[in-house]
This record gives sequence, C-alpha cells and structure tokens, in this order.
Amino acid sequence: MSTRSARVLPGFSLSLGVTLLFVSLILLLPMTSLIGQLSTLSWSQYWAAITDPRLIASYKVTLLAALAASLFNALFGLLMAWVLARYTFPGKRILDALMDLPFALPTAVAGITLATLYSRNGAVGSLLDPLGIEVAYTWLGIALAMAFTSVPFVVRTVQPVLEDLPAQADEAALTLGASNLYAFRRVILPHIWPAVVTGTGLSFARSLGEFGAVIFIAGNMPYRTEVVSLMMATRLEEYDYAGAAAIASLVMLVSLLLLLAINLWQGRFYRRLHGGRH
Amino acid sequence: MFLRTTLLRRVVATAALSMALGSTQAFSADRELLNASYDIARELFAELNPQFVEHWQEEHGESVEVKQTHAGSSTQARAILQGLRADVVTFNQVTDVDVLAQKGQLIPDDWQSRLPNYSSPYYSTMAFLVRKDNPKDIHTWADLAGDDVALVFPNPKTSGNGRYTYLAAWAASNHDNGNDDAATRDYMKRMLANVEVFDTGGRGATTTFAERGIGDVLITFESEANNIRNQYGPDDYEVVVPPVDIMAEFPVTWVDKNTARNGTEDLAKGYLEYLYSPEAQRTLAQYYYRVNDDEISKEFAERFPQTTLLRVEDALGSWEDVMQTHFANGGELDQLQRR
Repeated sequence: MSTRSARVLPGFSLSLGVTLLFVSLILLLPMTSLIGQLSTLSWSQYWAAITDPRLIASYKVTLLAALAASLFNALFGLLMAWVLARYTFPGKRILDALMDLPFALPTAVAGITLATLYSRNGAVGSLLDPLGIEVAYTWLGIALAMAFTSVPFVVRTVQPVLEDLPAQADEAALTLGASNLYAFRRVILPHIWPAVVTGTGLSFARSLGEFGAVIFIAGNMPYRTEVVSLMMATRLEEYDYAGAAAIASLVMLVSLLLLLAINLWQGRFYRRLHGGRH
Repeated sequence: MFLRTTLLRRVVATAALSMALGSTQAFSADRELLNASYDIARELFAELNPQFVEHWQEEHGESVEVKQTHAGSSTQARAILQGLRADVVTFNQVTDVDVLAQKGQLIPDDWQSRLPNYSSPYYSTMAFLVRKDNPKDIHTWADLAGDDVALVFPNPKTSGNGRYTYLAAWAASNHDNGNDDAATRDYMKRMLANVEVFDTGGRGATTTFAERGIGDVLITFESEANNIRNQYGPDDYEVVVPPVDIMAEFPVTWVDKNTARNGTEDLAKGYLEYLYSPEAQRTLAQYYYRVNDDEISKEFAERFPQTTLLRVEDALGSWEDVMQTHFANGGELDQLQRR
C-alpha cells in the first residue's frame, strides 16, 4: 500500500513530529504546570477551594449567562450564517469580514464599549432604562458580553455547511409539496444541525472563561454578578496560585467534557443520518 | 529634617559613584532603568522621568533612560517574581513590596528602612469625589453607610486602591467608636452593601463614576480624586477629605537581585533618592500627592485639607496581619460580604 506517496505534502514523520512538539509546547506544558500547582493541594483543600459559597454563586451566574449567550448565538448566528450563505447583496463581503471582528477586537475594548453603550446614560441603555431594563452591571450585561465575544463560533461553523448544501435541495423539497417550515425542518436542519450544536458548544465553552469583556460590564458584586474568571483573578491577587488552579481545573474539565460529548454525539448523529453506510 | 539626611546621602552617593565610575565611564554605554509602577501613575512618571534624566546627566555626565511599566501593583509584584527584571519598584501597596522580600528573596526584609519615611517619598489618603454641591451631604466615613447613598470604589480583593478604602473605613470607624469591633463590623456591612459597582481597578471605578454616571460617591486616592475633578470638570464634582483618614504610603525600593544583574545599583538608588528632592517633591505635589518636604508642603498647603491620618500599622496591625485577617480567602471582608 502506498498511502504515503498519495499525500500532497511529504514527510509524515517530520510533520507529525513538529505537530506533537507544538502541541506539547503550547498546550501540554501549561497544563502540566497547572497540574503542578494543583499537586500542592490535598483533596480536602481542593474540595474546599472549589466549593466556597461565593464561588458557587459565581458558577451559577457564569453558567446561566453562558447558557443564555450561547442559545442567543445559536439563533442569531444561524440567521447570520443563512444570510451570508444564501443571499448576495451589496456589502456582503464587508458584512462577512465584520463577523470576525469580535475575535480580532481586544476583549477589554469590547467590554468597555458595551458598558458605555448599555449603561443608564449610554446610547442604548438610556432607551432601555425607561422600560425598566438594566443591562450594564447586571446579569444581562454579562450575557451580552459573552454573546458578543463568542458569536463568530456559530457563524463560522454553520456558514460553510450551509454553503455546501445547494439551494436546489430545498427547492426540490418545495416542488415535492413540502411547506416552507417542513422543508427547513426536514431537509436543511438535519444537514446543519451538527454544525449548529458544535458552534453553540464552542460559544458556551468560550463564554465560561471569558474575562476581559465581562469584567467591565459585570459590576462584580459578590454573589450577584461575579463570574468564575474573576474569582480566579481574585485568588491570584491573594497569591493563592493553587486556589486559582483548582478553579481553573474545574472550568477546564467542564469545557473538555462538553466538547468531548459534542464530538461523540456528532459521530453517532452522522452514522444515523447516513444509515450506517459511511 | 529628613531632607538634609537625604541630601547628605546624595552627596556621599555621588562622590562614591564618581570614584567608582571614574575608570569605566569612558567605556560605559548609556544605561537603562526599568521602573515597575502602579496603574494610575502613568502621567506622574512621564513628567518625573525626564527631570531625573536631566538631573543625572548634570550630576554624572551620563545619559540614561528610564523605562516604565504600569499595572496593578500586585500584578507587577507577581511579574517581578516570575522574572520581570525591573530595577526599581514604585508601588501603592507596602504588601506588594513585602512579597518581593518574602516570596522571592529579591530584596532584604528591612527594605523599608533603606530610604526616609519608611521608603515612601510621597503619600496620600482616601478622598470622596461627590457630585456638584454634594447633594447627599457626605463628609465623613460614617456618612457612607447612610440609607440612600450609592458608592463606587474598586474591589478590595483585586485593587490596592480598594484595600485602602476598606481599611480607612474600618480604622475611622474604630477611631470614632473606641475600637468597638462589633459596631465597626456592623458599619462595614452597611457601607459595603451601599456599593453599586465593584470594578477591578482604580481607573475602572473612575470611568464607572464619571463616564457612566453611576453612584453618589467615588472613593479613591486624594490625588486621583483631584485629578479626576480637574479632568472631568471642576464645576461638576467636589473633593471631600474626611476628618479622620488613612495614611496611604507609596513605597519605593530598588530590587537588589535585578540591579546587581543589570549593573544599575547606583542608578536605581539615585533615581529613588531623587524622588525626595525638592524638584521631584514639587512635581508630586502638583499631582496632588502629599509630600514630606516642609517648604513644598507649605507652598501647596491649600491643596491638602487638614485631617488626622492613621497609619495602617498603628491602627490595624502589621500589613502581614492585616492581609491575613481582612483580605485572605475567608477573612473579615469575605465574612462581611456574606449573604
């Protein structure tokens, strides 16, 4: 078998070696030092470090806000991906480029800008204030900042899949008598569903650890608007590296399990979708 | 009085230095000094550094460059522990310098006695910045615990500025009620409950108060409060200095391990000693920092209202104890903020 000669780029052992080296340097090495910090804790200390009542309140705030942000992104991101994939209109290229802006913008800048806009005397906040809606310095502000920084995950995972799906597919469904909703639900959605879930999952995982953008709009009140990443920063300020590492390990574990679960589910989904033929 | 000893030191240092440098000067390239400083000192050192460079050039005929790095002073201390080769530190927290001695063994434990005034060339205190005409009638620390008062100051867990506010409130309350800890805890609870936004740093709190219009009172260093008022409009804000307040020291020291490595011992010492000189003290006073130089103090007397200043070490115990009892995980602050 000549699988090697079929590759466009030669040198499997060299490229794998370089890959592993970089994975070790930029992923495994920091992880090891994190675990090194953890090893200074006994199990009971570790447990105490991750179950502090104020910290648990911050878990709730962070999880709820991240959930709201990622669900919002699932919907809104899908819509944006749909518009970009299915229509041509003037300025489409610009809109397409704008989609990546949340990744390019320093998160602190995003946070300060959002806080400026949505505070009681801000451009948007002053309109919402009479309605009794407060965004900046509340839970809603945290969700907003998280949604802003992680929306490209959904757009960029769904968009290529939608572009792959020819418009003829839904046209065919319509000519065969399907209603618009039925065509979307039975033809388009199954095709893009895994991408939507992946994008939403990535958006959720990113939101869990978001610091820069959230800090400036959160208000950071104990038990009410403190996020987990702030609690880690607080531990660092106390020179309690092990405590910070303990919280970090928990967040990392949750994110890792979530991403792993999505990958496994996706594998099963595709097997079912293709009737086991692939 | 300290001024004279400082001058003497400078003369001695200069003499020693010129002898030491005499032979090598011809070969020595321009040297650099890295000053790791706290967050809100950018403008101050941007003005002080060129003055020092000129002064050093005159005294020693050597051209030097002073580079700055600014961040929260605990962040700076951590960076230095992890290898940032700063020659001198100019912090707003004694504890953050202590860390360099205790955790890193980079400086001797008795660093505070190496320069006059506990190595604090200037000091400040906490002031209240209130909105025009002081509508909530805020004059003392006790007023901050009132029913309808919204406060903004940075989180004491993440900011030295916030820690001083917390300690000032505690010390002033203890001062007023004769060290009745229970009454002080009760007061602190009500005061902390009035906080509307906890930013992570001093400048963040400034923005929240001045730009977003949140809160009735911003509590920050007297120097920062005055500079904000001047910047955002002297007619819109008033600075109130309470009658009993905390002495906020701004400790400086040279980092022995780093200066030895960088060959900048003399320059680092010279730089810090320069901060005590009348020229530098005048610049500091212009930035609304209180200084010890008698003449400069008199010259700027109208800027600094009379107040009883309590030192943390006298009112609350050593910084090490204070950090442990008040700010450590599960300490007084955590207890007070418990739901």
